[in-house]
Amino acid sequence: MAALATMMPNFGQKVSAKSDLVPEWTSQEVSTGTTIMAVEYDGGVVIGADSRTTTGAYIANRVTDKLTPIHDRIFCCRSGSAADTQAIADVVTYQLGFHSIELDEPPLVETAANLFKASCYRYREELSAGILVAGWDRRKGGQVYCVPIGGMLVRQPVSVGGSGSTYIYGFMDSNYKPGMGKEQCLELAAAGTHCCCKACWELCSQHCRHIHTGAALSHSWLRGSDRPMR
Amino acid sequence: MALSNVLETPAAGFNFDNAARNAALEGLFERGQAPKPLKTGTTIAGVVFKDGVVLGADTRATSGEVVADKMCAKIHYIAPNIYCCGAGTAADTEKTTDLLSSNLTIFSLNSGRNPRVIMAVNILQDMLYRYHGKIGANLILGGVDCTGNHLYTVDPHGSVDEVPYLAMGSGDLAALGILENGFKLDLELEEAKELVRAAIHAGIMSDLGSGNNIDICVITRQGVDYIRPYQESEFKDNRKIKYRYRPGTTPVMTEKVVPLKLEVVQESVQQMDTA
Repeated sequence: MAALATMMPNFGQKVSAKSDLVPEWTSQEVSTGTTIMAVEYDGGVVIGADSRTTTGAYIANRVTDKLTPIHDRIFCCRSGSAADTQAIADVVTYQLGFHSIELDEPPLVETAANLFKASCYRYREELSAGILVAGWDRRKGGQVYCVPIGGMLVRQPVSVGGSGSTYIYGFMDSNYKPGMGKEQCLELAAAGTHCCCKACWELCSQHCRHIHTGAALSHSWLRGSDRPMR
Repeated sequence: MALSNVLETPAAGFNFDNAARNAALEGLFERGQAPKPLKTGTTIAGVVFKDGVVLGADTRATSGEVVADKMCAKIHYIAPNIYCCGAGTAADTEKTTDLLSSNLTIFSLNSGRNPRVIMAVNILQDMLYRYHGKIGANLILGGVDCTGNHLYTVDPHGSVDEVPYLAMGSGDLAALGILENGFKLDLELEEAKELVRAAIHAGIMSDLGSGNNIDICVITRQGVDYIRPYQESEFKDNRKIKYRYRPGTTPVMTEKVVPLKLEVVQESVQQMDTA
């Protein structure tokens, strides 16, 4: 894959001069400025994210899908630089797909998480990517792995990420209990991302997905105005 | 798998061969002010409608505070079913889209298939990400293929978004206001053209970097309608004086003819093999 071949260090050079007729934010990198979260339960995982992409102060896309499928039952939640996370997700999708074909078996979530970690850690100086890997496999059931900026890898039962996640640390600490069922996890994810959006004054939708064992994956787009504020 | 001769991975790293030449050129200009790169300072917009995609652009290219080109073409051909609007540095958008178009043509010839919009997007994303934002090309790709009507945006750092309507360039905030107000799913052709025209017009009126005429490109399953210009600017300058001078306007004072002596030094004949 061409994207894997060269990752050059940033020379810090700007393409446009300030005196041009083009505003500052057009030369800024597109960042996701995000809230993402993932919760595991017995039998699957629930993942959620907001849908806003910003370049500086400008919202480049208000209907972004930050929950990217890596494999049939494995997803990643992307936060940080949009270009970097899309590139990494593409690379890992390829590597995991190849690995799965070689094994002739669905891949493990832990494998996907390690592939993310390998890329994020090796190119840590050049990348700005915070990723949550979540999915289901036959060996360990639903799992959530956190790969923040810098390339650490740790498995957690519930994890939040992105710049907006700071607003819901308290919410998550008080509302998450181990051993919750599917419906409660969905409620938690929807409420969590909604709270975050409210706290950041974001009027955008939230995107919640639910990955379960045998049944098809389900997902729902929740518009910001639909959820009642508790 | 992709054929090996479709895309050649270039040598790793940047090519700094021109750095010495650029440094020498800087010294030649007055006060060290090299000419600024030509930026398009643009309004471009795209809308997905019922039967396809409509792309629109203004036609002004600026170099600093001067309008360098009043009739610049910002909607570039990529494939018979894919066109691309470019904002940012004019040279970068030109060359990037040319390269993309060449690669997709090679693919078409090799495989006998029409290229898909997602292929163009992936090639662009790969290339722009590799250069980490140094190629200043903000692109709107629109096209119709067997999977449907698509509109994508690619930013210089290589991130991609698929959206139903979009505006880019320095006039995009004004254009986006019109689009947000007027966009609905499954618009008719005339409504979509009018929406894009109004969006570009708003960009032209509200942004100094955009202006002159409006180009529209309609891409449908049946074919492409590239209307250039769709609407001409009402602010055309009427030149009062003509700048053509008849022969004889300037009087000739003296005339001196010096024949150049040329002699044949060497002559070699090569037979062409035309058999």
